[in-house]
Amino acid sequence: MKLKNISVASYLTLIYLFFYIPIGVLIIYSFNQAQYSLLWHGFSWRWYQELFADQSLWLAVWHSLVLGILSSSLATMVGLFAAVCLYRYRFFGRQLLYGVLFILILSPEIVMGIALLILFSLIKMPLGFISLLMAHTTFCIPFVAVTAYSRLVSVDKYIFEAAKDLGANDWMTLTSIILPLLWPALLAGWLLSFTLSIDDVMISYFVVGPEFEILPLKIYSMVRVGIKPEINALCTVLFFITLSCIVMYQLLLRKKT
Amino acid sequence: MKQDSSFRSFSLSLVWIWLVLFALLPFALVFVAGFLSHDNDQLLSLPVTLANFFQLHHSLYLRIFEKSLWMAGLSTLVCLLLGYPFAYAIARIQSPIKHFLILLVIIPFWTSSLIRSYSLIAIVKTKGLLNTLLISLGIISHPLPILFTNTAVLIGLVYNLLPFMILPILTNVEQLDNQLIDAARDLGANRFTTLLRIILPLTMPGILAGCILVFLPAMTIFYIPDILGGAKSVLVGNLIQDQFLIAQNWPFGSAISVVLTILLALLILIYWRSTRGEEQEWP
Repeated sequence: MKLKNISVASYLTLIYLFFYIPIGVLIIYSFNQAQYSLLWHGFSWRWYQELFADQSLWLAVWHSLVLGILSSSLATMVGLFAAVCLYRYRFFGRQLLYGVLFILILSPEIVMGIALLILFSLIKMPLGFISLLMAHTTFCIPFVAVTAYSRLVSVDKYIFEAAKDLGANDWMTLTSIILPLLWPALLAGWLLSFTLSIDDVMISYFVVGPEFEILPLKIYSMVRVGIKPEINALCTVLFFITLSCIVMYQLLLRKKT
Repeated sequence: MKQDSSFRSFSLSLVWIWLVLFALLPFALVFVAGFLSHDNDQLLSLPVTLANFFQLHHSLYLRIFEKSLWMAGLSTLVCLLLGYPFAYAIARIQSPIKHFLILLVIIPFWTSSLIRSYSLIAIVKTKGLLNTLLISLGIISHPLPILFTNTAVLIGLVYNLLPFMILPILTNVEQLDNQLIDAARDLGANRFTTLLRIILPLTMPGILAGCILVFLPAMTIFYIPDILGGAKSVLVGNLIQDQFLIAQNWPFGSAISVVLTILLALLILIYWRSTRGEEQEWP
């Protein structure tokens, strides 16, 4: 029994090491003084200082933040309404709505990217901030809808009947019952959307314009040139931003029980 | 009540307008574009044709499809073999640190796979960590050339997609009824029989879900072959990307996407069929 436990524990450790060693190495080397060496040449903030001095990079960070905040807010709104509709109404095309949300989650990102590229070019919409905003909002909606819907299902349904009996209309139900009960799920959905938006490469790659550079694509173009300590530093920053969103998301989800 | 119907029509139309405009319409456009002709002045033009699909029949493209299927299948298999025991062991842990251990799998699930792919370069490059380690352990005498090979792409795919295999299986194993396992033991089944006849069939939905979640992206994440595989490694995702942004042949790119989507949809359909009868649940 002991031997079995040891072998299980070492197997788990190996997989965790597999997950975290590359990221750990990336973070450690972002603090390495030397540019090309694998050897440790002493701790340094040098690469971070270079990042801070890079104006174009700051612009990309700013663009990504604005895009992330706006698209996740829009997605939270549409996703909430989608969840409420699916939960409360029986309407024509309800199954289709499920289907569309399901397709959006499962469809290959590259297909969605080219699909939106074709749409935007047909309606002659210039690629840039607006096209990115539409794209990001769309791929975030199903994730908010799923998070909100699964919370709605666990709400005592008599609350809605009681509200109706007491004369509340649907707008009042939304503001005084659904929002107060669902805010942790909505915030969780928002954080998840923000993470998806700020990390997205595949869809953004097709709908981005030359005037509006965003962080993940900037990283992608830097990475294609080769390995550099500045990229390590930048990836470290982005990793910690998304890491904190994920941890908050998980904490909020747990709050519901 | 008047306001109730106003809420209903507002929310329904908001949701439908958004999804029709930015989800259904674009997907329909890809389908239509696959049947249009390529023209140097216009990205898409008439007449309607099947030529793009016939062009796919060309051995070059068939090879790319074949290679992608092979790479995706192989990475799914490796993920399953690595992930199943891992997920099973985690699900069986009775300890307060379990939540933390699961969180440690969720973090790579959601964080940028671009960053994680990039982080692999330092590990697999010629003078990277892996080679240094293997040489110092005396396992190899010369560094293995891994970076910019198919092996690197495979490592990249497994590294990025392993959490997508683990999480559905983990959820599935957690729902497993322990009494069934005990009953099998009582009735004289040994470990192997219990695994084969009880545990594997009962966790099949999790296995299938995991396989789909690994296989679908593995066919299309174009930046992993791009970063880790170098120029030699062209998969379906890279082919589509090239047709749209470099060769500017949108109809052909769309046709490839249509074929790819149909292929993947069939897989999902098989999954759906095999888990039918289970409770309808959100993914």
